[in-house]
Amino acid sequence: MNDTLSPGTIGRRQAAALPEQPPQLWKSVKPKKAYDAVIVGGGGHGLSTAYYLAKNHGLTNIAVVEKGWLAGGNTARNTTIIRSNYLWDESAAIYEHSLKLWETLEEDLGYEMFFSQRGVLTLAHSVSDVRSKKRNLYANALNGIDSEWLTPAEVKKLVPIINISEDVRYPVHGATYQPRGGIAKHDWVAWGYAKAASDLGVDIIQGTEVTGFDIRNNRVQGVHTSQGTIAAGKVGLVAAGHSSLLAELAGFSIPIQSRPLQALVSPLLEQVLNTVVMSGAVHVYVSQAHKGELVMGAGTDAFNSYSQRGGFHVIEHQMAAALELFPIFARAQVLRTWGGIVDIAPDASPIIGLTPVENLFINTGWGTGGFKATPGSGWVMAHTMANGRPHELNRPFALDRFETGHLIDEHGAAGVAH
Amino acid sequence: MLYIPCPHCGLRNETEFHYGAEAGVAYPEPNTLTDSEWAKYLHIRANPKGWLAERWVHYAGCGRWFNLWRNTITHEIGPAWLPFTTKPKAPGNIGQEGPRV
Repeated sequence: MNDTLSPGTIGRRQAAALPEQPPQLWKSVKPKKAYDAVIVGGGGHGLSTAYYLAKNHGLTNIAVVEKGWLAGGNTARNTTIIRSNYLWDESAAIYEHSLKLWETLEEDLGYEMFFSQRGVLTLAHSVSDVRSKKRNLYANALNGIDSEWLTPAEVKKLVPIINISEDVRYPVHGATYQPRGGIAKHDWVAWGYAKAASDLGVDIIQGTEVTGFDIRNNRVQGVHTSQGTIAAGKVGLVAAGHSSLLAELAGFSIPIQSRPLQALVSPLLEQVLNTVVMSGAVHVYVSQAHKGELVMGAGTDAFNSYSQRGGFHVIEHQMAAALELFPIFARAQVLRTWGGIVDIAPDASPIIGLTPVENLFINTGWGTGGFKATPGSGWVMAHTMANGRPHELNRPFALDRFETGHLIDEHGAAGVAH
Repeated sequence: MLYIPCPHCGLRNETEFHYGAEAGVAYPEPNTLTDSEWAKYLHIRANPKGWLAERWVHYAGCGRWFNLWRNTITHEIGPAWLPFTTKPKAPGNIGQEGPRV
């Protein structure tokens, strides 16, 4: 492996061949007058909810209503990291369920999505960081989740381009490693779910904004949309980035703040990084996509926003940290940056379950780390919508936990790189 | 990077400030509240698409808290004011207003 990235290699390397796509993956339809269930939000979580409603619960007279285009929100704006090594039992259970679903998802959907279990490395940079990461590791062991402790030398062996010098602001003191973690091609994940759901009879309706709800006797009867009113026996709100606005339209408030989260990519480079590296302490997480671009995520901006763009200083801060960890990145360029709007709950854990309105369900609050949960989130949301009560995996994530005080505080465990 | 008008120090870079979310949430008398009201006080904050009256603290300057109108779609900055003084009206449609506040 070269020690430097020669600028001459940038942009020259052939992209890995991707499979041909059929001309049409899902049927484009006009909304019907009525459905058994309507899902608001055509991102990964909404589409997986629809798919599992049809596949696991036999509900096929359902529609996914999307304001923009399919997977145009956070689904295709994230850094595609998949892992399940969360601290608390409740989180570990739902994310591990999701990871198990990922492991057979391509066969299940009959659709390739470049799921790659290349491992996720989470760095520790100080004595307290080492302690909290080891605590996390032991919690993972108790929950049967694969996670190992690596010394700096072992980190260097796994990721030869990393700088493990002691002579830096945030030296690498070790890391946890989840070998089963990895990445997937995020837009393909949405397309795979859309195709599979459409094949089962689910209507996918794009370019249709939900503008209100038909609620009578505290029971939802349908949704008002830019294409008219659609009657619905059940409605699921799976619209991260806009959940609190939809909840207001339905007459209740949720503890969500919406903020921009940014990511960026480099041009296509030679493969130099074959695992995912995260560091909460220095605000950086990076992997190298199949085609060769370095994919990096930054922290959220400090303030509420719906603008889908973040401050450049946030990216600058993150780049400084990345360069210290990976000096060879100094020769790479930033090709493109973008932002998405993430819905964050006070305990940095999702809200999945019932709402004060009957037959209206909500799935939100995945904050900065929802992509990894795409299959598991849809699985439990479908169960909740089909049965009118939560699956055992999402019962702890109910909206009423903010009243009972049973918060699932993943701030410390997740840090910024959630 | 926002330029934020600190009422004490003038226009400064966003990086000199910390954010404090919705302004004007009064501290309630905890003993008189139900669990649900207490939860609302603790956890529910305005999250509008459009103009938001919010708190900032100029930690790298005067260290004082103040309130600010800011548009969450366009990032336009409106007037700032000090706590316990009269809250200015939300700016008009100088930018694209959100459907609801």
